[in-house]
Amino acid sequence: MSVSEKIVSDFVANDIEFVTTVPCKQLAGVIDAIDSNDSIYHIPSNKEDEGMGLCAGAWMGGKRPAIIMQNTAIGVTINTLVTLTQYYRMPLPMLISYRGELGEPVACQVEMAVHTKALLAQLNIPTYHFHEEKDADELDTILKHTFMCNKPVAILTDASFWKGY
Amino acid sequence: MIRSEVLREIAPIIRDHLVVCNIGLPSQELHLIDDQPSNFYMLGTMGLASSIGLGLALAQKKKVISIDGDGSVLTNFGTLPTIANNVADNFILLIVDNGSYGSTGDQPTYAGKKTSLTKVAEACGCEQVIECQAEEAPKVMEQALASDKMTIIVCKCESGNVKVPVITMDPVVIRDRFMRTVQS
Repeated sequence: MSVSEKIVSDFVANDIEFVTTVPCKQLAGVIDAIDSNDSIYHIPSNKEDEGMGLCAGAWMGGKRPAIIMQNTAIGVTINTLVTLTQYYRMPLPMLISYRGELGEPVACQVEMAVHTKALLAQLNIPTYHFHEEKDADELDTILKHTFMCNKPVAILTDASFWKGY
Repeated sequence: MIRSEVLREIAPIIRDHLVVCNIGLPSQELHLIDDQPSNFYMLGTMGLASSIGLGLALAQKKKVISIDGDGSVLTNFGTLPTIANNVADNFILLIVDNGSYGSTGDQPTYAGKKTSLTKVAEACGCEQVIECQAEEAPKVMEQALASDKMTIIVCKCESGNVKVPVITMDPVVIRDRFMRTVQS
């Protein structure tokens, strides 16, 4: 099983049925795997805050949601995370490509990488960092934790985890 | 007619359905006119009423009405292509288009100038888009509910506000009673 298939299989095992995505090159494999899974409704978003709105609605409608996005999205979603997801106490697993880490070819991505963990910490968002493939073994527990505590939870996945760019 | 009068007219028609109501004055007005557990009031997060409503409509079978404004749709313009391409026939998006940012002091929006939200929604691929005048809103809402087809209503009305109190209900209470109604 590829790492992307493993991630999607953990989503399905945790009854996640509604996934919104904003693409990143690093996430292409997992987005393909989401799109081809019959038990998940895949709804691409044009912007990540829009996606968080869709997820809030889906959760209130009885479907467990997740969002897949790049770490640059932290910059566009702070207001939504604080005034919607956290304020109304809603669960939201966020699978995030951690661009700008070791191996990054695009210098500009480093500018957001240096703020990523600090912003998540400031927002009191539980944050997990997948650096090696075996780190994904914890995904199942992280998803259970997210729907137990009704919080947005960040799973940062860096270039080493995805084995390069 | 101004927005609060439109809401007063349509309140009896929408009260038995799930309603996601836009931030600021629209939520405060609806709360004052006809508070229902089936109303989800947005206390923050400008622009996402249509996205929350669409997600809710896609996730379950009950009818969902999102009450949005022209300013908020402009803020989250990407919502219209997403709605068009993810058809939920239990979803109605009511855009109360008064050509202004009402909650912040009636500053003019581009929708009150050259930009037609009706044409934008159509260009995005939304199949049933109805533009109406404020006076026609109740009839158009009834027809949209009866049609069982995803509908975008662009309701043109005058700019202006009435004094209403803020909503002091806790967000988790709003969300919890709303979810109980969804599940009932």
